[in-house]
Amino acid sequence: MSDISMIEAVLLTIITASTPLLLAAIGELVVERSGVLNLGVEGMMIVGAVIGFAATQATGSPYVGIVAAMLAGIAMSVLFGFLTLNLMTNQVATGLALTILGLGLSGMIGEAFIGQPGISLKPIAIPGLSEIPFVGSLLFNQDILVYTSYGLVIAVYLVLFKSRTGLIIRAVGDNHSSAHALGYSVISVRYLAVMFGGACAGLAGAYLSLIYTPQWVEGMTAGRGWIALALVVFASWRPARALVGAYLFGAVSILQFHAQAAGIGLPTQLMSALPYLATIVVLIVISRNKNLAKVNTPACLGKPFVPDR
Amino acid sequence: MENTQRSAHSAGVEDLIEARGITKKFGDILANDNVDLVIKQGEIHALLGENGAGKSTLVKILYGALEPGAGEILWKGKPVSISNPAAARKLGVGMVFQHFSLFEALSVVENIALALPKGEKIEALSRRITEVSQKYGLPLDPAALVADLPVGIRQRIEIVRCLLQNPSLIIMDEPTSVLTPQEADQLFITLQRLASEGCAILYISHRLEEVKRICHNATIMRHGQVVGSCDPTEETPASLARMMVGGEVHEICASEHKGSPGDVMLKLRNLSIPSDGAFGIELKNVNLNLRGGEIVAVAGVAGNGQSELFDAVSGETLIKDGYGVEICGVPVGKRKINDRRLLGSAFVPEERLGHGAVPGFVLSDNILLTRYKSDPDLIRRGMLNQSLAAEMEKRITVSYDVRMSHDNPEARSLSGGNLQKFVVGRELDRVPKLLVINQPTWGVDAGAAALIRQAIIDLARNGSAVLVISQDLDEIYELADRIAVISRGELSEAEPAAAMTPEKIGLLMAGMGETRSKVTASNAGDVHAH
Repeated sequence: MSDISMIEAVLLTIITASTPLLLAAIGELVVERSGVLNLGVEGMMIVGAVIGFAATQATGSPYVGIVAAMLAGIAMSVLFGFLTLNLMTNQVATGLALTILGLGLSGMIGEAFIGQPGISLKPIAIPGLSEIPFVGSLLFNQDILVYTSYGLVIAVYLVLFKSRTGLIIRAVGDNHSSAHALGYSVISVRYLAVMFGGACAGLAGAYLSLIYTPQWVEGMTAGRGWIALALVVFASWRPARALVGAYLFGAVSILQFHAQAAGIGLPTQLMSALPYLATIVVLIVISRNKNLAKVNTPACLGKPFVPDR
Repeated sequence: MENTQRSAHSAGVEDLIEARGITKKFGDILANDNVDLVIKQGEIHALLGENGAGKSTLVKILYGALEPGAGEILWKGKPVSISNPAAARKLGVGMVFQHFSLFEALSVVENIALALPKGEKIEALSRRITEVSQKYGLPLDPAALVADLPVGIRQRIEIVRCLLQNPSLIIMDEPTSVLTPQEADQLFITLQRLASEGCAILYISHRLEEVKRICHNATIMRHGQVVGSCDPTEETPASLARMMVGGEVHEICASEHKGSPGDVMLKLRNLSIPSDGAFGIELKNVNLNLRGGEIVAVAGVAGNGQSELFDAVSGETLIKDGYGVEICGVPVGKRKINDRRLLGSAFVPEERLGHGAVPGFVLSDNILLTRYKSDPDLIRRGMLNQSLAAEMEKRITVSYDVRMSHDNPEARSLSGGNLQKFVVGRELDRVPKLLVINQPTWGVDAGAAALIRQAIIDLARNGSAVLVISQDLDEIYELADRIAVISRGELSEAEPAAAMTPEKIGLLMAGMGETRSKVTASNAGDVHAH
């Protein structure tokens, strides 16, 4: 019995470790499908984390914090959009600058909140389903952001591949000149995608400061934004693969802690590197079909669109 | 095949679209200067002009992709403003682009759905595509991925996409440049049928024979202005060309090459290369002997292994069997491009911007890039000899009539024809013993094309060997001593040009020469005659 509750506890922490990666990756996936490479995920995420925490402290409601974090992420992404889409700045440089800005800005805003105990978001048990032994509490007794992350994977899949909106997003990412020639507004589509990415990164940040560790610590994203970016590429821009990648990374990073605690005779550095290695290997194996990779890679990724009028 | 409704278009038909005084400026350049154009319902109207004459600008304005600086457009007699392509489509204007307007990563039906108003289910649209494409003899598989399809089929998608919008005017930019003669014939039947149903077609082409054959009226542009209009049926291709260029077009003189054939300069021996995964074509057992003093042309529809063949000969693809490619008697299969250049060969790839020349580099730097190894003077004590490169740039641009706004510009600032003249000139300036050239005059205007073709012929007459890969049959007949046809990675026997009728080439393009039907291939002409 105690074994089962032990496994359950481990699985719960895996979900907790994976959710922020999944949220950020699914947003960036849509951004990149529209042909924009936003390397500022880390920056948008940490600003989301600090704003979410601050808004929760101010109002006492974590839900207000979640909305505030999304808005903060969107604000950052609009800045990115203005620079890259209107002023045609280099997307890579602008994304890097956004991350640096976000890290600095969050440190400044968050100074007053260091060491304050946060208000944690309570799980929502789904009546009936959550009483199923083992599976119930794992899947149906989670907080709203975990449910949201699953919902987003399904929604993004349906929108991208089954709806006209998604068709337009993919078209803009594949060949912006043709999309423009057909009369689609490349800039508006990309703005909306970039803002969606910002909102998702904000959510991922809120998850960190409201659920993962309900407090504000400077630099608490700890590179998760970069992992999310890498997951998108290795998932060859497919939502379901991003889910697999995020959970795999989360799982291995939790399991290696337990393995270290259990005293497996491997150097700790190697153990800490395991999540990265495992994720890369698995995602390379999933996406080894070069044909599919070619078709899924947005051909206009990172290229600025300059209409010729 | 002659059009019988021609007389019906001379009078009494309502004007469909009229452009009045269209003017468009790009910077200091007047791309369109007070242009007038009238297209009647149900007529096939040719728009002729050299590269840079302003045809594309005018067409983009009619399609709403550009806004005119001045002038007005009347649709069925009423002034309209066509502010974007969606507005043009709503009026009933459809456009078949020359290239770059399909989404490769999307399927046929998805590509078409993007151009239609929303609301239709993908399944219903697929059925409609199949229906319309069969009705007009342009079969399409709605579920196929564009990236997997050859260029001829891609054009079909564009046409069907256009037809599904029930247009009253279809604008076609160089539609036959990627088709086999048979496919082109099929297209003409489709166009004539559309015209007889009342749809007007604005037809842009460099091929004056075609214009003469199918068009009812022609408007000719030069330097942004309309310089004349005519009934193409009453003109000859030569007189049409004169109007376009505003003077005599250089007549190509291909004096029969005399004397005994020279040494073998290029030998392909059982050259086989597996396709490089993705969307490549496998080369199967290609054999060819090319001697000094002769021009051999490889005909074929785009995407049948031409670029793979070019890459194997130029050294962009190295092959395992060193003896598969021999240049001047040296097996070079495993040697790189510069080693092959050192043996006296020169290569002109199909894509001039980005492959033949680096867009952001000035011309002299582009000379350095391909010639630093073969012209040792270009490197002095380990440093680039910029001044010699600049001299060469001057020499080449003068002798190949490369027109540019100022000396030594960036490659991307040249128009297509001028850049092609530069790229060809850069290689011919070395007087190579072997020249391999892929699509020498693709998208190049008549004047520049004549210059390039003459230069190729002169090179061969002076004893060099030339391999021309081209989709343009007129060009092939103008240049080639012998013709081979490539189809799905297999190359037919190179036979004297006189023995290769367009029908025979067409059949070989369609796969008659492939190994499965090798027995009948040699009698392809007879088979056709029965």
